[in-house]
Amino acid sequence: MLISTFISKPDTVSAIMLRVLLALLPGIALYVWYYGPAILVSITLASITALATEAAMLRLRNRPLKPFLGDNSALVTAWLLALSIPPLAPWWLVVVGTAFAISVAKHLYGGLGNNPFNPSMIGYAVLIISFPSHMTHWLSPHGLGQTELGFADQLAFIFGGHLPSGIKLDAVTLATPLDTLKTQLQLDRPLKEILGMPIYGALAGKGSEVVALGYILGGVYLLFKRIITWHVPAAFLGTLFVTAGIFHLVDQAHYVAPLFHLTAGAAMLGAFFILTDPISGPTTPMGKLIFAAGAGFLTYVIRVFGGFPDGVAFATLLMNICVPLIDAHTQPPVFGKKDRGAK
Amino acid sequence: MLIAIGSLTIMGLVLGGLLGAAARFLAVEENPLEEELKAMLPGSQCGQCGYVGCAQYAAALAKGEASVTLCAPGGKVVIEALAKKLGVTADLSEHEEKGPEYAFINEDLCIGCTRCIRECSTDAILGANKLMHTVIVDACHGCSKCVKVCPTDAIVMVPVPVTLANWHWPKPEVEPTQSKPEVGHAH
Amino acid sequence: MKLFPIRGGVHPEYRKEQTSEKAIVALPMPRMLYIPLQQHVGAPAEVLVSGGELVKKGQMIARSQGTISASQHAPTSGRISVVTDVAAPHPSGLPQTTIILEADGKDEWADLPEPIADPFAADLQVIRDRVAQAGIVGMGGAVFPAAVKLNLGTQYKLDILLVNGAECEPYITCDDRVMREYADEVIDGARIVARVMGAPRVVIGIELNKPQAIEAMTKAAAPFSEVEVVGVPAQYPMGYAHELILAITGRETPAGKRTAEVGVVAYNVATVRAVHHAVRFGRPLITRVVTVSGRAIREPKNILSPIGARVADLIEFCGGFSAPPAHLVNGGPMMGEPLPSLEVPVVKGTAGILALTAEEANNQPTSPCIRCGNCVTICPGGLSPIEMAAFIRKDNLETAAKLGVMDCISCGSCSWVCPSHIPLVHYFNYAKGALKEQELERRKSERVKTLAEVKTIRVEKISEAKRAAMAARKPAPAATPAAGAQPANAGEAKTASTAEEKTNA
Repeated sequence: MLISTFISKPDTVSAIMLRVLLALLPGIALYVWYYGPAILVSITLASITALATEAAMLRLRNRPLKPFLGDNSALVTAWLLALSIPPLAPWWLVVVGTAFAISVAKHLYGGLGNNPFNPSMIGYAVLIISFPSHMTHWLSPHGLGQTELGFADQLAFIFGGHLPSGIKLDAVTLATPLDTLKTQLQLDRPLKEILGMPIYGALAGKGSEVVALGYILGGVYLLFKRIITWHVPAAFLGTLFVTAGIFHLVDQAHYVAPLFHLTAGAAMLGAFFILTDPISGPTTPMGKLIFAAGAGFLTYVIRVFGGFPDGVAFATLLMNICVPLIDAHTQPPVFGKKDRGAK
Repeated sequence: MLIAIGSLTIMGLVLGGLLGAAARFLAVEENPLEEELKAMLPGSQCGQCGYVGCAQYAAALAKGEASVTLCAPGGKVVIEALAKKLGVTADLSEHEEKGPEYAFINEDLCIGCTRCIRECSTDAILGANKLMHTVIVDACHGCSKCVKVCPTDAIVMVPVPVTLANWHWPKPEVEPTQSKPEVGHAH
Repeated sequence: MKLFPIRGGVHPEYRKEQTSEKAIVALPMPRMLYIPLQQHVGAPAEVLVSGGELVKKGQMIARSQGTISASQHAPTSGRISVVTDVAAPHPSGLPQTTIILEADGKDEWADLPEPIADPFAADLQVIRDRVAQAGIVGMGGAVFPAAVKLNLGTQYKLDILLVNGAECEPYITCDDRVMREYADEVIDGARIVARVMGAPRVVIGIELNKPQAIEAMTKAAAPFSEVEVVGVPAQYPMGYAHELILAITGRETPAGKRTAEVGVVAYNVATVRAVHHAVRFGRPLITRVVTVSGRAIREPKNILSPIGARVADLIEFCGGFSAPPAHLVNGGPMMGEPLPSLEVPVVKGTAGILALTAEEANNQPTSPCIRCGNCVTICPGGLSPIEMAAFIRKDNLETAAKLGVMDCISCGSCSWVCPSHIPLVHYFNYAKGALKEQELERRKSERVKTLAEVKTIRVEKISEAKRAAMAARKPAPAATPAAGAQPANAGEAKTASTAEEKTNA
């Protein structure tokens, strides 16, 4: 007889994961508005691959399919990965990344609840290290590229790799705002001039800054529904802001303003959706603060001084390594005991 | 190139030398493993393991000559403790966990010969020559040496009953939707 | 009064409206009553009656034995049927010695002790003796003998007597109704207890979801300046004495110590009301209010039940089951235990009987832990259920103990909040039981070892003595006479040593 409380909070893992998916919708909608529907193709491809891989791995591990396939966790991994890679990425890039994330990063470590690393970020890391050039061909927002592909042409490129005759890849894609910033700074162009380039909007990259706002909306929904707590977003964004702010104050010419960093790249996605992954993150409130602060600092360092344009993925993975240590040393104080109940 | 070879060789020699020195001067004293193993055993010298006494079984265990599953009165708790200490896995597949038992003297059959009293490793049997013998349950730990010496087979081992005082919840057996299937140990 | 925040805690659906507006009704006396000898913490009471004997209502039928024990009294007049083993109201269903009483329908009182004329001037020991004589135990569920707890007044300097009217468990409304209907009795009992314990102030803590109880108690406490009624936020487990004390006084009781160490002692409202009855009327503890609720019960009620009535009698009085119950619970839904059957008796600690439908219970299959950390955030004890359960699952009970599983109060908040529906509190109850068992076995093992060593030493001493005796008896090495003498000597020596053994054993 399994005895626990006779009543319980009417919540399930699948319901929580579904709410996370819902929270991503504003960001996705704004993405489609600014960049076209190609991202939906990635998301669909990733979702199908994720579910298929999960089913295959569950079979191989002799686990029942039904409860796990229905818990929506594979879909969350798939969507986050799809949103982190260029929408015009070839179909096999999405499939390889998602399949790796689900099979290796999740199931080989024991399945749901046992992965020490964030699976979507592992997928992203594998792709950016193995196929760096494919990962830099991002879509330009409407009106910015020299030419624009229609949806049918985009599909043809994703699945077939052909572009309409006469159009080169460089004409329809460009580097991310963060990437552009890094390369232009290395060319010693003054910051003010760089920020005057057409791809930059009010705060950061045109288009991507609005998508970031969409993610904030989703994040607020998650906070409101108590699916995430304030600790991770506040610590991550706060630390990123402060670190960027310090460098900016020291040398305004070479270090861009903090608000740029908050709205560029995957910072907002990371703050509310990636770093808040419960399985690979710490369980204690203080632990979450330390984890997210570390990730914020590392994100800045990698973005400015490291070799990759965006640091969120690697910052997440590096902090994932520290999670057991963080957990062990941030145990809350036990009632009636002066010391903490750490191992 | 010569510089590279030379510098790596010198580094190797220096570091190797340091490691050797550490192995000699910072070596950890060998623990008296045998004493520790003996402390884990019940100490009643019942002989059910096949060795004369607990000290001999502990010595054999320390040398790695004996299996950890031989102590019957110790039960699963002692087997697992020994296995953990020695860093081996205990093969419990043939182990029948009888649970704690105590000796019970059937008074109809007892003839008062005092053989069991002399045999009992913990003086748990009360009695005298030609007077009724009885087992003090609190002192009996189930080594069953007395059973073998009784000339009238008056002694049987009975399981310690579960009462409200010593009952506790069994380990939860969770269904296999868990990603780790549970191998529960039924109490 | 300024309140302090408590850590953690959850807000389950309280579902008290099923019985909160139902006044207490008395159960018609059943024909057979089953009074266990142990309904309290401590040694079982010593039975004073035997089969066939006639008893009157309130007569002591079992006497407390030992320092920590309580007496049992006949809930009605009748004939003792037999004293035998009956299944206890315990999840194991194991039997315990129970007095079975057949009611004669006359309900005649025995000669009760004289009411204490002025409890506020009487000798304190007189009151303590009366409480002991009445068999009063903590009726909030801890069932600790009240007379023993009263002695804490002599050992500690107390400044507050806390009357626990929080009743934080869902469904249960017995304390709520007692406070609404018998507020004067509760206040009187509380003041008597406070006097005996030497506590200058009485504070009554009631959760804010019981506004009528707060009103009734405030009105009853008005004439007494030392009595204060405080409303506390409705947060489970506010009814846990340590949490209530933290909320009201801001003092955190050190782990493993009594609350008296921080100058506060808590009693349940029903317990102090029982003290009032014992002191003012000489009546022993023979009834209690039980909430019978749950959607599977046709007419949920708050029942004034005699101790020893079967659960089946109470459910019948509530019109029986309206639907097949998925769960039968002894207590509240958070900390209650499964009822082994309906034939078990109501005892002094039974606050509620619940028959829950599957819908109400909403059992979900367990899925893997997603490390969301909710359990850590809401644990009122500041423990980490996720870590402890992970270690217990892998049979690593020592690490679980180091993490503090023995400090877990089994409130069930973690199990309630877990989105994966992992039976966390079951793991902890198992661990606590297994660790206690290991401790007992370890102690027994040490005892056994000492006995074995002592015996070995003694046997060696005897053989030494034997050898010395034989060496002394043996003349110079020679032939037959010595050899012939050997067996006889050996025989003598043997009987001598057996005689020694007998005297030593």
